[in-house]
Amino acid sequence: MTHSYLENTGKYKGILAWLTTTDHKRIGLMYMYAMMVFFIVGVLLGELMRLELFRPGQQFYNAQTYNGIFTIHGIIMIFTVVIPGLAAVFGNFSMPIMIGAHDVAFPRLNLFSWYLFILGAAIALSSQFLGNGPPDTGWTFYAPYSTQTHTNVVAAVFGAFVLGFSSILTGLNFIVTIHRLRAPGMTFFRMPLFPWSLYATAWIQVLATPIVGITLLMVIAERWLRIGFFDPSLGGDPILYQHLFWIYSHPAVYIMILPAMGVITEIIPTFAQRRVFGYKAIALSSLAIALVGYFVWAHHMYTSGMSITARWVFSLLTFLVAVPSAIKVFNWVTTMYKGSISVKPPFLFALGFIFLFMIGGLTGLSLGSLATDIHVHDTAYVVAHFHYIIFGGVGFAFFAALHYWYPKMYGRMYNFRRANTAFGFLFVGFNLLYFPQFVIGIMGMPRRYFDYLPQFTLGQQISAVGGVVLLIGLIIMLANLFSKKGVKAPDNPWGGSTLEWTVSSPPPVENFDELPVITGEPYNYE
Amino acid sequence: MEMHRDDIGAKLGMWIFIFTEILLFGGLFLVYAVMRHRYADEFHQAAHQLNAFIGTVNTVVLLLSSATVAMSITAVQKGEKRKGVLFILVTLLCAGIFLFNKYFEWGHKFSIGLYPGSDMMIGLKHGYILFFSLYFFMTGLHVLHLIVGSIILTVIMIRIQTGSINEGNYVLLENGGLYWHLVDLIWIFLFPLLYLIT
Repeated sequence: MTHSYLENTGKYKGILAWLTTTDHKRIGLMYMYAMMVFFIVGVLLGELMRLELFRPGQQFYNAQTYNGIFTIHGIIMIFTVVIPGLAAVFGNFSMPIMIGAHDVAFPRLNLFSWYLFILGAAIALSSQFLGNGPPDTGWTFYAPYSTQTHTNVVAAVFGAFVLGFSSILTGLNFIVTIHRLRAPGMTFFRMPLFPWSLYATAWIQVLATPIVGITLLMVIAERWLRIGFFDPSLGGDPILYQHLFWIYSHPAVYIMILPAMGVITEIIPTFAQRRVFGYKAIALSSLAIALVGYFVWAHHMYTSGMSITARWVFSLLTFLVAVPSAIKVFNWVTTMYKGSISVKPPFLFALGFIFLFMIGGLTGLSLGSLATDIHVHDTAYVVAHFHYIIFGGVGFAFFAALHYWYPKMYGRMYNFRRANTAFGFLFVGFNLLYFPQFVIGIMGMPRRYFDYLPQFTLGQQISAVGGVVLLIGLIIMLANLFSKKGVKAPDNPWGGSTLEWTVSSPPPVENFDELPVITGEPYNYE
Repeated sequence: MEMHRDDIGAKLGMWIFIFTEILLFGGLFLVYAVMRHRYADEFHQAAHQLNAFIGTVNTVVLLLSSATVAMSITAVQKGEKRKGVLFILVTLLCAGIFLFNKYFEWGHKFSIGLYPGSDMMIGLKHGYILFFSLYFFMTGLHVLHLIVGSIILTVIMIRIQTGSINEGNYVLLENGGLYWHLVDLIWIFLFPLLYLIT
């Protein structure tokens, strides 16, 4: 007798049954619902900025409010949406099933991580309403300004610290799960590639996050106790803060993007009905990205004041980290070659990912080279670049994953036509929104500026229109997924070959009655 | 439904957690290295102000406590419950002595006006400010870990007493012991860096 994980079988009913659950699938959904709320708040803040920037000069609110809005937009989007993002939602929902496990290694710790996540997000958001007004430092909290401004920096910083702790525990949980709970016969090289990418991600979470944790504590101590580590008037060094911050926050970019790449690696073979090309190269390139990604942090600091040797080395390493990323892109494209491709919504989003991620990646190289970076440093070009990676990459991969595993999550299908329409709006809106930022960035539009010169007006207005189109796309997508009850989903709607398609939709509690025994490779379509 | 139990997995998780703790302190050691390099002379002089005697006593006490935790694990493995509890008690006693010493050490500095943010501290030379800031921050964070470790060991002691930790199931005790060794290990590095290099 097996129940679906969506039915309540424990001693609690309703919402309490969810809040006390240790089922990885439910926890994954709980992350998703919370993140959607944060994401919508972040999107609306972004639209507010576009509104203000529609014309030069002040339109709706003053410069200080603008500073607060871009700071909290960054904090919400980075720390509560994209960093936990795919790993917390789909890592939790799919990964244990994909490796043939009943649950993660530490189910109660998993639930605890979710509560930490909610707590951290609540503290970070409270910075908006408590104290002396919203923080105005930007999400990077650069010293010495972050140690001197009278706004409510401490709450935001402490919220980020708690969120980091949640991220560490999730990473720890996944590492142990992948080491200990793979199904009998599933060697590392028989493991699907999404778990592989989560494994690499988890190591970054575990090894990089503590550094930013202690750094954020130092900022708090700096404000409360004047310890002087980053304050030049007490002998400290603001550049040291930047190093400590980016030692985590650059690898954090790979915490975001690696699971996204993992999702794409699942979707492409399924919809091309082809064995993934270069399985080992993709698996190991995840580890390579994680490893090399540690040593590139100072490319955020070319203009901060470093020796030419240091800049040269960091630039070289930055170019190196592009190699494993490119390996993945070539392998995805090659997987499609001679496949029998069916263009369903998840595949469409995956194609969108590849296109946007390539633009984001290539513009990253122009930022990584020393000479061109001086010209575009701290301009709208940077804004465009990282939105192409974080929204165009991680965001579109998130939507792809959502459309891919949605039938498994809810046991229902969604309307393909509306999903495709939503994709059209999102893709066009996204490019309208961010591509002009490349152009005005090269022309000299600084980032984080409230006002601008008249020659940037056209670019900013195209961006604003793009923002509206993007918003329409989001509304269509969410309405399609969450307002209509679709037809019942079969167990394997896409013809996928990994283990999650062998269990019922939605999966039963504990996933498997009997653990599967693995005898071959994960992507077998022969 | 049978309970899933995986001692190796539990210990693997604990080791990874210990890595993260070491990296947490690693950030501070990095700041120490940078500042020591920049203000070598002033760090040298400021370190003379710390009481190496109390530091040494605390080092001995902590090393002893690590040994008794290890002995408790062996005792429980052999099924000697009473000894297991007793050794944890000795460990907690050592933690108490450490805190007692630390209280007087910090208290003395506070009484002469030497604490982060005080007028006296802000008036010192840069190297002195940073040395004492690092001293308070690092030993403070360490004491926090010591207190958390003591609470964990207290829970474990009660569980040995009630028999839920026994010779057949002692992974929690082992993990608690690992955490305690971490507390000890961090101190082993703090002690020479702050007290001995003068």
